[in-house]
Amino acid sequence: MNQRQSCTLARRAFLALAACAATLPAPTWAQGAPIKIGLSMSQTGPLGGGGKAALLGLQIWRDDVNAKGGLLGRKVELVVYDDQSNPATTPGIYTKLLDVDKVDLLIAPYGTNPTAPIMPLVKQRGLLLMGNFSFEVNERVQHDMWFNNAPWNDAVSWSQGFIEMGKKRGAKTIAFLAADAEFSQNLATGARNLAKHQGLNAVYDQKYPPNTADFSSMIRALKATKPDIVFVASYPGESVAIVRAVNEIGIGDSVKLFGGGMVGLQFAPIMESLGSQLNGIVNYNAWVPEKSMMYPGIADFLKRYAERAKAEKVDPLGYYLPPFNYAAGQMIEQAVTATKSLDHKTLAAYLRSNEHKTIVGPIKYGRNGEWANARVVMAQFNGIKDKDIEQFRQPGKQVILYPEAMKTGELKFPFEKARK
Amino acid sequence: MFSWDLLTGALVFGLLVGCFYAAVSIGLSVAFGLLDVPHIAHPAFLVVGAYGAWWLGQYGWDPIVAGLALAPVFFFLGVLVYRIYHATFEKRGSDAGLRGLAFFFGVAFIVEVALILAFGVDQRMVEAPYIGKSVDLTEDLRVPMRLLVGFAAALALTICLTLYLSKTFMGRAIKAVAQDQVALSLMGADPVRVKQWAFGIATAVTCIAGALLIIIGPVDPQLGRLYIGRTFCVVVLAGLGSMSGTLVAALILGVAESIVLTFFGASWAPAVAFGLLLVVLGVRPQGLFGR
Repeated sequence: MNQRQSCTLARRAFLALAACAATLPAPTWAQGAPIKIGLSMSQTGPLGGGGKAALLGLQIWRDDVNAKGGLLGRKVELVVYDDQSNPATTPGIYTKLLDVDKVDLLIAPYGTNPTAPIMPLVKQRGLLLMGNFSFEVNERVQHDMWFNNAPWNDAVSWSQGFIEMGKKRGAKTIAFLAADAEFSQNLATGARNLAKHQGLNAVYDQKYPPNTADFSSMIRALKATKPDIVFVASYPGESVAIVRAVNEIGIGDSVKLFGGGMVGLQFAPIMESLGSQLNGIVNYNAWVPEKSMMYPGIADFLKRYAERAKAEKVDPLGYYLPPFNYAAGQMIEQAVTATKSLDHKTLAAYLRSNEHKTIVGPIKYGRNGEWANARVVMAQFNGIKDKDIEQFRQPGKQVILYPEAMKTGELKFPFEKARK
Repeated sequence: MFSWDLLTGALVFGLLVGCFYAAVSIGLSVAFGLLDVPHIAHPAFLVVGAYGAWWLGQYGWDPIVAGLALAPVFFFLGVLVYRIYHATFEKRGSDAGLRGLAFFFGVAFIVEVALILAFGVDQRMVEAPYIGKSVDLTEDLRVPMRLLVGFAAALALTICLTLYLSKTFMGRAIKAVAQDQVALSLMGADPVRVKQWAFGIATAVTCIAGALLIIIGPVDPQLGRLYIGRTFCVVVLAGLGSMSGTLVAALILGVAESIVLTFFGASWAPAVAFGLLLVVLGVRPQGLFGR
């Protein structure tokens, strides 16, 4: 074969390949530039563990929506930066997302503290912001295009169940232990007001600096006041230290209920490590594998999440944040599909006035872009054994005590008896 | 609310926590107090030690045994870090001021990121027969066993290091290099070798203290940041280079923190370290046991 023949063959092969390529069906989302959804998510720092799991939930939604052909025939892309759990970084990140990355839509960072600094920015620019498990962050800003994915609304919605349960069991006194940080203090303030309203006498009220390592002295001082119920608002590291200290020192026979607002006791690595020390604690939760919370699609999502979580070394259960991040994606998907628009005002109007079907149940928005009907559950750890992560996938291990409509069991009390 | 029971409890817990503070500070007392190396990465190494104990804990090792087993590895790590620091800063005479500090800041951040990449951002805890259990000292005073074990190990560590520095030839050489490096050179000894040995020992001790850290509570890669202020405070409060002083300063800090926490509120507790430091430096600038 001479050189000219081989050249002709190569040209023919190229033309044939080009013709084949032209006849292949193009991906439906290839008709326009991708729709970019920007967010910062804690990948490092104290919120990093939860942030990574939350991001995986969102990535699963992105993959699902792209598999269905994207949104408005365009592929969906996530533009994500690590805010290092540091609120100081988020205004810069969101400015970059808007001005440099030119994202089409925004999702808030995980948590109250990183979200608070970006609220003035989104309000000033008139942008839609899907919230991500923050608490009362829109209370002062009053941005009408904010929509939180978390199942609570005001502080009362968070602590009401806990305090009502205590009151029903004849509690007259209450002790507060809360981290000296915005989220925990907002939560504790709500609980204090509610307790006062219910006629409970606060016998101990302690703020502690975040990242306190040992609570032995505090628990001892708390125990000396002999409270009937103990409301704790803590972050993950401190929640572990508090549970340990309570198990070691004891909390006293007077205590009927212990827990309330302890962040971290929803995360699989912490649940696995604490094991039987969790028994008896009544704590808030967003989702637990009880019959009353088995909404359509949740089981399938958690199955797929568990497979990917193993490979990505994130929270293996993923009950707390990932389903709600997936739900945030579902709400964006429903709003964009229904309005056929990416205009923030149009989308916000849709989100405000419709009920959305998600894997965490139907969501309808009320005042301030929070859920119209809060769905914070108070669940009691029950029959937990040590070193067994799989036990938490079964019903009956976190029994729902509140709200009444979702109840799956009865409160075991007093606390010292319940934890045995 | 004051009661003698609470005061007794505050004193006991203060002493136990104080001894733990001594353990986490004593490596720095050697590196910064004796060798004058601005080892701001000390708490980061402490966290690496804690992760080492956690890692061996996955294979059933007791955290303290794991800390002791990893100490030789940390010794060589310390020697290596000092060699790099010496070659890049001390040797060139550019270690003064911010440069040495910047080097160790860099090391601390690299260590932190390496831990995040290797182990993720989740908190890690260990299990041991003495974790989660308590001992009844009196009818009303239950003390967590992990604090008692930490107390005993910290006390043993401090005593061993004090004896090593005062009774052995190499220990005395380390003290000599701290006092007058030039005089040591004139005696025919190599101050760099003595210093790298001392830095190795400081790092090995830090590894054991890291094991105590994970016994006391959960650790995450960035936990070291919390201990920068506290450990430097103990070392300066003690008087640079004094091992027994480090123990006493740490006990004072632990008791002061515990009393403030019990009777005045936990929010004041972090201010105790620096409040004490300001008072002591105002009254006795060389520290409690400094000469």
